[in-house]
Amino acid sequence: MDVGPSPELLVKPAEPAAGKLSAADAHGTRAPALTVDASGVSLTFHTRDGEVQALANVDLQISDGDFVSFIGPSGCGKTTLLRVIADLEHPTEGTIMVNGVTPEEARLRRQYGYIFQAPALYPWRTIERNVMLPLEIMGFDARERRERTQRYLKLVNLSGFERKFPWQLSGGMQQRASIARALSFDPALLLMDEPFGALDEIVRDHLNEQLLRLWEETGKTVVFVTHSIPEAVFLSTKIVVMSPRPGRIIDIIPCDFPRDRTLEIRETPEFIKVAQRVRAGLRSGHSYDE
Amino acid sequence: MTSSALVLPRPAWRPAFIAERTPIVVVVAIIIALWYLAAILMNAAQVRDAFERDEVKYTLSDVIAGTLSAERPVVPAPHQVLENLVESVFDYPPDSPRSLLYHSWVTLSATVVGFAIGALFGIVLAVLIVHMRTLQKSLLPWIICSQMVPILAIAPIVIVVFGAIGIRGLFPKSIISAYLCFFPVTIGMVKGLSSPDPIQLDLMRTWSASKVQVFAKLRWPSSIPFLFASLKVSVTISLVGAIVAELPTGAQAGIGARLLTGSYYGQTVQIWAALVAAAIIATVLIAIIDAVARLTAWRMGASA
Repeated sequence: MDVGPSPELLVKPAEPAAGKLSAADAHGTRAPALTVDASGVSLTFHTRDGEVQALANVDLQISDGDFVSFIGPSGCGKTTLLRVIADLEHPTEGTIMVNGVTPEEARLRRQYGYIFQAPALYPWRTIERNVMLPLEIMGFDARERRERTQRYLKLVNLSGFERKFPWQLSGGMQQRASIARALSFDPALLLMDEPFGALDEIVRDHLNEQLLRLWEETGKTVVFVTHSIPEAVFLSTKIVVMSPRPGRIIDIIPCDFPRDRTLEIRETPEFIKVAQRVRAGLRSGHSYDE
Repeated sequence: MTSSALVLPRPAWRPAFIAERTPIVVVVAIIIALWYLAAILMNAAQVRDAFERDEVKYTLSDVIAGTLSAERPVVPAPHQVLENLVESVFDYPPDSPRSLLYHSWVTLSATVVGFAIGALFGIVLAVLIVHMRTLQKSLLPWIICSQMVPILAIAPIVIVVFGAIGIRGLFPKSIISAYLCFFPVTIGMVKGLSSPDPIQLDLMRTWSASKVQVFAKLRWPSSIPFLFASLKVSVTISLVGAIVAELPTGAQAGIGARLLTGSYYGQTVQIWAALVAAAIIATVLIAIIDAVARLTAWRMGASA
């Protein structure tokens, strides 16, 4: 795990610890700290065509260090749930805690990094300055900014591309830069919304492996939205199967492959068994209905 | 066609340079030809009348020659305008009231000051409108209304009011041109400052950036292309504003004054020369803004 000499990091380990205690007390349950603790979360959008229930009564616990995937067809609320965790949407009912505090508090404390489906790099900034952007906003000094930018660009294999502008990089490289940007301020929680959805399968496989290495090395908690069954099974310690109309959780499947798994496990019977259970979950949620 | 080019490598820009400019040259040639034709047709009656009044015999070629050298033509020929332009630029010292340079400078300075005031005001308005929803509803209709009032009606009021409190010369003219030129900047910048992607704004939110940071690091840089596009429109409007401000007040100097005296004394050639001078000023101003826009785009990593 990267422990840089930032003032933030001195505070950070203390905060989740405090959250840990209160979360455990409040619910009187399990010992491991909960990064996300949602109970009875519902969210209804008011649109021009009437009300749309994006989330219905969602209960979910995500422990520290988990790699959790949300899978389901479009409209099942997986992105909405991720945005609720990130305080980009507000639930209409139920409670949700992130690191033991409200999502808003967690956002204000800059406790998570969010990666969107599109890299969303700022086109007028070089790769280096894109990665620096959150650090600038959070008030890191210039030396620290440079140091971290270099470290995280190296981590995502983009050393040497510091001075390039986004348009000079391929889609996969841009997405890696956006991952470096999300990591740069070292949040304990990574929220990833179909980060590799727009990439071809070869690049996606490669980035999946890299993401696993990164998760293993940094010990971060990852919440990952996808609509690819193999991707979900390959990456996760826990798969949350969701279903649309209304968006709800159908099944939560533990997935205990060793952390240093490689792409080859996708051919093993165990892998196929988990994938089948995911598919069964999707089917029972009518995800395959026309 | 390129056999020699294969043997002798030529500078790479040459063929492209010619190819790019050929259409421009052709269009200019056609415009000049049409201009000559118009001069002949419009002035023919006047020339024929003069011949008949003097009771001299004349041929068609006499008439054509006459139309192109009339002293007070309805439409002066291009070479007459050019002659007058060169003469009034080079034959007098630049500080003489007979010099076109002098008049151009008077108008240009009012234009630049008015443009600066207008652009700044336009940007500030846009920033306020983008950040305060109530302003968007309450202010925008008034801004649009302000542009529906004919400037020729307002200009004398402004000049007289400022004159009454002892402010004359450049400043009141600048205010009139600012009044005209802030509008495209406001409209363009409202659009530009609201142009960031929802994702880019969401990112700022996940970093819990302040409003000032969102403005400085996202909204402002996103709006730069819109800014230059509207500045280009607004700088020409600003010039028009400065000229118009010189008209109703019988200004002593400036391109507007030049147009006015030209029409008093029937000096059509002088009017046309002043118009060409205004066109040249506008072209130069736009070229400057364009150059700054390109430089900025290059520094902001534009792909071309």
